[in-house]
Amino acid sequence: MALSNATPTGIIPPQPKEPLWQNENIRAFGLFMLTLGLFLLFWEVGARSGWFVRGVPTASETIQEFWWWVTNPFFDNGPNDLGIGWNLLISLRRVAIGYILATLVAVPLGILIGISPVAYKAFNPFVQLLKPVSPLAWLPLGLYLLRDSEKTGIFIIFISSIWPTLINTAFGVASVDKDYLDVADTLGASRLRTIVKVIIPAALPNIVSGLRISMGIAWLVIVAAEMLLGTGLGYFIWNEWNNLSIPNILVAIFIIGLVGLLLDSLFAALEKFVAFGRNS
Amino acid sequence: MRTAPVNIVPATDQRSPTAQLSIRNVTKVFPGKKGVFNKLTGKTKGDFVAIQDINLEIEPNTFVSIIGPSGCGKSTLLNMIAGLSPISGGEILLNGVPITKPGPDRGMVFQNYALMPWMTVEENLRFAVETVDPKISQKKRDRILKEYIQLVGLTGAERKHPHELSGGMRQRVGIARALAIDPQMLLMDEPFGALDALTRGFLQDEIERIWEQQRKTVIMITHSIEEALLLSDRIVMMTRGPAARVDEILEVPFPRPRNRETIDQHPAYHDLKVEMESHLFRETRAVEAARVGT
Repeated sequence: MALSNATPTGIIPPQPKEPLWQNENIRAFGLFMLTLGLFLLFWEVGARSGWFVRGVPTASETIQEFWWWVTNPFFDNGPNDLGIGWNLLISLRRVAIGYILATLVAVPLGILIGISPVAYKAFNPFVQLLKPVSPLAWLPLGLYLLRDSEKTGIFIIFISSIWPTLINTAFGVASVDKDYLDVADTLGASRLRTIVKVIIPAALPNIVSGLRISMGIAWLVIVAAEMLLGTGLGYFIWNEWNNLSIPNILVAIFIIGLVGLLLDSLFAALEKFVAFGRNS
Repeated sequence: MRTAPVNIVPATDQRSPTAQLSIRNVTKVFPGKKGVFNKLTGKTKGDFVAIQDINLEIEPNTFVSIIGPSGCGKSTLLNMIAGLSPISGGEILLNGVPITKPGPDRGMVFQNYALMPWMTVEENLRFAVETVDPKISQKKRDRILKEYIQLVGLTGAERKHPHELSGGMRQRVGIARALAIDPQMLLMDEPFGALDALTRGFLQDEIERIWEQQRKTVIMITHSIEEALLLSDRIVMMTRGPAARVDEILEVPFPRPRNRETIDQHPAYHDLKVEMESHLFRETRAVEAARVGT
């Protein structure tokens, strides 16, 4: 009668509890910390015993600098001595304006190009020619046309972040599943309703991946452009190079990376939000 | 040799005055690649005649299945009825009016469901209802949505997105969406083709039940002999492509409501099944032979 008494817990064999050190995430974290520790140790020892060129700061110095900059982000002693928080906000503001302008142009234009096969073929040569141009090549042209470093910075962001969004939007719109269009057709949906209710939502995952790539490029470009412009994180690096303050440069590099990571995660979350089970 | 007479209606050009849908001498040609440019690149290709000279009269409130070997142009024919694919020759009349474009008088059920993944079950239906009647009152709309979600047995899943549903449930939404616009006829392109055998049988029973309630004209494309026999009043058997045509039409005399357990006890079941099997087998063998020959 043991069988009839068997409870579900008795039938399912007890799962052995996984030891903590076998968990994949914990092991990955351990490896991460180990690598980081070894790197910092190598840096510290190397800098102290003169393995690198003269003037390379030690890891502990750099971390102290970092802590100082992070705890005093907003001070303003003139354009050449500005807290990293202000510089970050200046860079972010330029990126935001240029990027939003680019999006406002690229998304509608991409939809128009994607809808019409003729427009797709007609505009493709322009896009393909302009896309591989380095954003910095536009810098002299921007300065000449706009006569203003602030506007030029925004212009550079605009011109470099327009292409991925444009291309991805046009591609997404052009490759909407034929079945969705057939559904709209059999219902007798108007062209406008089909575009608003079917084509744009169907292309949204592609549009958002375009926006994500564009944001990555905008953040790459702003630092380079600002080295020639006078304020912002890029100028901060250039200024600290003129001061030969290597720890500050390292601090800025770390902060640029961190902000880029945050921006990218934001768009990754957005991508997931619009996917609805597609390509996930 | 066949001994018992099977209810074969010869595929004639007779025109029925009561027909809801008349397919008259319909031909579909997919144009090949011609012209100077293609000649230069050596990529010329002749025209492809998918179906040729098809005649079919469909009476109101009948369930018609179209069956034939793979690639015989069944889907092409259905797409032409739906208005999604232009007709190369002949005409298709719906209530005496030639079909030129898609319209909500023909509800379509797709093999791959074709649900909008970003819309919930309810929103998919609402999109259809509001597209067909933009001025519908909210009260009437909600009543229709509720009614059809209930009809296909999806009450409780209104706010789920398609990726949260099983294949069978998705096709229920597809059927509800096609019916919710109250079309004159329902066009189904292998509606259960992507489902596993059990779900398939379950949904066939549902279609039988729904059809008893609604009695709309249905044109269904299928590969399954049992499915056609269970659901149809008439079965149209097509020959192999290219230039496919209607071979013969079978009348299915089983009384309704039908039941899959008892349907094979009907005296005509066996003969009909044998007739269809031999037709499909003959056509499929010819397709294979043609492929080997080329």
